[in-house]
Amino acid sequence: MREAEPRRWPVAPTLGALAALLALGMVIAALAGPLSVAPATLWQGLWGAGDEPGYRVVRDLRLPRIIMATLVGAALASTGAALQGLFRNPLADPGLIGISAGAALGAVAVIVLGGGALGHQAIPLAAFTGALVTTFLMWRIASRGGETRVALLLLAGIAIGAIAMALTGVLTFLADDNELRTLTFWAMGSLAHSRWSDVALVAPWLLAGIVLMPLLARPLNGLMLGEQAALHLGHAVPRAKRAVMVLGAVSVGAAVAAAGQISFVGLVAPHLVRLLIGVDHRWLIPGAGVLGALLTVFADTLARTLVAPAELPIGLVMALLGGPFFLVLLLRRNGV
Amino acid sequence: MTDTLLNVAGVTVRAGDRALLSEVSFQARAGERLALLGPNGAGKSTLMRALAGDLTPDAGAVTLHGRPLPDWPLSELARRRSVMLQHTPVGFPVRADEVVALGLPGRRHGNANDPLVAHLLDRFGVAHLRGRAYPSLSGGEQQRVHLARVLAQIWETPGPRLLLLDESTSALDPAQQYRVLETLAALAEQGDYLIVLVCHDLTLANAFASRVLMLDRGRLLADDAPARVLTPERLAAVYGLRSRWLDHPDGPVLHVEGALPPG
Repeated sequence: MREAEPRRWPVAPTLGALAALLALGMVIAALAGPLSVAPATLWQGLWGAGDEPGYRVVRDLRLPRIIMATLVGAALASTGAALQGLFRNPLADPGLIGISAGAALGAVAVIVLGGGALGHQAIPLAAFTGALVTTFLMWRIASRGGETRVALLLLAGIAIGAIAMALTGVLTFLADDNELRTLTFWAMGSLAHSRWSDVALVAPWLLAGIVLMPLLARPLNGLMLGEQAALHLGHAVPRAKRAVMVLGAVSVGAAVAAAGQISFVGLVAPHLVRLLIGVDHRWLIPGAGVLGALLTVFADTLARTLVAPAELPIGLVMALLGGPFFLVLLLRRNGV
Repeated sequence: MTDTLLNVAGVTVRAGDRALLSEVSFQARAGERLALLGPNGAGKSTLMRALAGDLTPDAGAVTLHGRPLPDWPLSELARRRSVMLQHTPVGFPVRADEVVALGLPGRRHGNANDPLVAHLLDRFGVAHLRGRAYPSLSGGEQQRVHLARVLAQIWETPGPRLLLLDESTSALDPAQQYRVLETLAALAEQGDYLIVLVCHDLTLANAFASRVLMLDRGRLLADDAPARVLTPERLAAVYGLRSRWLDHPDGPVLHVEGALPPG
């Protein structure tokens, strides 16, 4: 049984509280680490007043990493929310349905085949080409005569994702390239190497997804009643479907290029926000974005502090945190 | 006499070399209540899809307000014709009032606190369910919530409007069916709504409709007042039913006695 009378928290205060938590999380992440930094040092540094070694660590290492975590988490979670609306299934997570794996394959292929010579944007471009091809393939497999069968789509996505991940593995073992990060990076993600230059490289793509995805909220709301009913309500359904898939591929591609595959955040964040404020995609997508950013910043902070000076892959932390939490949630509600 | 709202002219729809609809033609204006009858596979759903603008006929055309359906921008069409499908599964724990709010046009889209939402839920007797999760409602309750939604979509559009209902009362108990159909009939009588209802219940169609359209194997066999369409001969030929009209102080009553032997 589902909850018969779903509670709805007021939208604006809830989103405000999430944003405040995110800001707090970012500050804690900047202060925490093997080298602990005093809040005063951070405050002075941010306003350009100090240039202590402590602040330099924050400025050159922690801040870009925090910004990257924020953008990647927000992009993955808002894409997750939009994909769940599109597929009308709360299990549609970019990681689960193979889009992230396709992106990883694209990125690895370009690195191994020496496409890095094409310039810095080659890797994110290849990643979202991979994401787009994966999405398009599953869509084609699941569509017959203008209809898209969602169950088939999810299964096709899982299969294609597994194939893409296997091919990524083969490529990483074949290659003997210093530039090529390990399979662990692509499979389990890491923000350890995020510098300001990396942020500059992928931020426009991530922001495109974060900012533009909420504009598709109305057709996605209509799609909760099915494609036919959404059309009858006057929504431009085919255009909205294409837009969600392309934007999703762009932002997931950029996220994977920057941080490898981080699972669960695209699944858990929209789910939690839906429990708090309800199903209206106008608030759900931005809300999921904020919570996704918060979860990712939190998980990354744990990833670099738990076993310092070594690091855990962030995907591992996310799965260890998100998995049990998600299970508890499902058991308490006694149904998906 | 008001102008024609809906004009169906020689509509033919084929699937391969089989004709699902053959040269179906009729006209209707706001204020009328049409019941679309016919046995399974007669082409009722195909005709409804053509009326909704979901499919383009292989021949013929459907015009609304004198304008062919394909020429209508989606959003403008949505303000003048509303469709309730047989099945509208909802994948998320949406509340009943939120389902209705999805039908609200323009800036009011999604606002479950809009007074119209409460008004329409009340009109169909489900106001007390407004905070309930849609999936937890019974089939009949879900149908009434959707009726409120499809009405919300066109409620405040000025001028004649088209309401297409595909078996929209099939899950309601008999008293509720009559209550809902009386509500809809009263709306039509105010003059702005043309209601087309696909229906399997002959007595219900007889009670509700001002006109009955009988489809069989893709052809429009009859289009007239209920008593003139639902004759024992036609019901025998189309459905294989034994029936007769009984005299009653309030007027003749259709009595279905049973099925004819097959063949």
